Amino acid sequence: MKLITAIVRPEKLDAIREGLEAYGVQGLTVSAASGYGRQRGYTEVYRGAEYNVDLLPKIRVEVLATDEQADDILDVIIASSNTGRAGDGKVWTMDVFEAVRVRTGERGAAAI
Amino acid sequence: MELTAGLVWLLVASALVLFMTPGLAFFYGGMTRAKSALNMMMMSFVAIGTVGIMWVLWGASMATSNEDNFFQIFANPFSHFGLHNFTDPADLLKVGYAATFAIITVALISGAVADRAKFSAWVIFTPIWATLVYAPLAFMVWGGGLFSKDGWFGQTFAPVIDFAGGTVVHINAGIAGLILVLVIGNRRGFGKDPNHRPHNIPFVMLGAAILWFGWFGFNAGAAATVEQAGLIWINTLAAPAAAMLGWLAVERFRDGHPTSLGAASGVVAGLVAITPACANVSPLGAIALGAVAGVASALAVGLKFKFGYDDSLDVVGVHLVSGVVGTVAIGFLATPSQGPAGLFYGGGSTQLVAQALAAVFSIIFTAVMTFIIAFPIHKLMGFRVSQEQEVVGVDLSLHAETAYEFGLSGRGGSFQPLHELITGKQLGETVQVPAGDAVSVPTQGKKTAAGKESVEA
Repeated sequence: MKLITAIVRPEKLDAIREGLEAYGVQGLTVSAASGYGRQRGYTEVYRGAEYNVDLLPKIRVEVLATDEQADDILDVIIASSNTGRAGDGKVWTMDVFEAVRVRTGERGAAAI
Repeated sequence: MELTAGLVWLLVASALVLFMTPGLAFFYGGMTRAKSALNMMMMSFVAIGTVGIMWVLWGASMATSNEDNFFQIFANPFSHFGLHNFTDPADLLKVGYAATFAIITVALISGAVADRAKFSAWVIFTPIWATLVYAPLAFMVWGGGLFSKDGWFGQTFAPVIDFAGGTVVHINAGIAGLILVLVIGNRRGFGKDPNHRPHNIPFVMLGAAILWFGWFGFNAGAAATVEQAGLIWINTLAAPAAAMLGWLAVERFRDGHPTSLGAASGVVAGLVAITPACANVSPLGAIALGAVAGVASALAVGLKFKFGYDDSLDVVGVHLVSGVVGTVAIGFLATPSQGPAGLFYGGGSTQLVAQALAAVFSIIFTAVMTFIIAFPIHKLMGFRVSQEQEVVGVDLSLHAETAYEFGLSGRGGSFQPLHELITGKQLGETVQVPAGDAVSVPTQGKKTAAGKESVEA
């Protein structure tokens, strides 16, 4: 099993959800995140004074997947969140040792 | 004595003006960083407490017309102490109306020292300042003192035209704010730290809306006739409208974007400018005056970065600058139908000279007096918080509260390392529970109300 974590543009959430749903993913977790990469921050202007804001608002999308599906899901997320500009974010996968559905106690792939 | 419509209007107008101070709390509160929003709002709120009491006890006596006065500077503080000895049935109404002016003038100053002023020092400073600076200036301009028609200045030059408080309220608060900044110093990271930007612009716009609403009472409350009331109301609409557009135009051409904060600020700048002039200029004059004030204040708010004084929420840029614009502009724009004519209406330069000198006098008077009050307070008890308290945020370190749940976006910061500093108590140890039970319980978190957030942050 794999955990796929994507830190992407907030406005891409709907596209990602639609893409994953079309692929057949049953659930995901979304949380607010902030940070920066090569694009660095942006500038806000208040009463003529410029403030350089380093931490940009991002969302973190997390999906559990079986080993076979993981690469496909990675591709779906990349395809639906890519704009080609700096600041698109990162996606990565990690090995997951165990997953349990809390309600039924099912383990492994059955819990996904 | 029967309660006439005019007196009812004065009652309503007083309530409108009092409402401006909580409105100012929103205007200022939204403009600070998130971790000092409550303290910012509290500085306005507590001014109602301190100045409200002071005004009832001796403030009203000092500002009320009275033969028993000190060199036309202030009246005997004990002549109506606790509001006794009033004879005219409407006297208390007028005292109430005047009290609301004193309160908001003091509250206006607080914007200059956002994020760092010590609350206890502010509570001590406010009634003293209202006693030694506001009440005398109010007496000099409105109470029959120095600047009135019977006063030395009024006899020598001309009685100053200041209908609702260009000198008494706005120049006064603006220069007091500047002196306070010079006494207590800048915020850490002034001009560099991006977290000094406003945290809630909708609050600022709400505050500006409340201020504008209340300002109709502020300006028109003392109207004597129907004609005057109508003129004041229209001018209180026209000048801020023009000032808002003026401020937005500056932003559009200088920075590229017209901003919400600019619109709210422009409205307030226009309101400030029309305040002294509202009963003495034509509606067209009000538009011109507002436009000049909006542009002037929009340009002036950048000066603090050039000169390096951290007037955090631009009390100087908005209230001092637009207050001077409004006060001096009367010398040009005053219409003969409402009193002495200004330069543009063939009245010569007499009134202009009087207006300009009155502005200069109030700047010098307030600067000197504010320094005399603030400097000893700063030396004796400290007018600003410690560096650690400032980093933690004055909401938590001074009031043991926070306006918001912090943590997610990283803008609030973790308070945990400073727990002891805030509460004076050791951080509780986490209970070690046996392996297999995954729940850990912070012991101290449930026992102490103060600092609970820092335990769990």
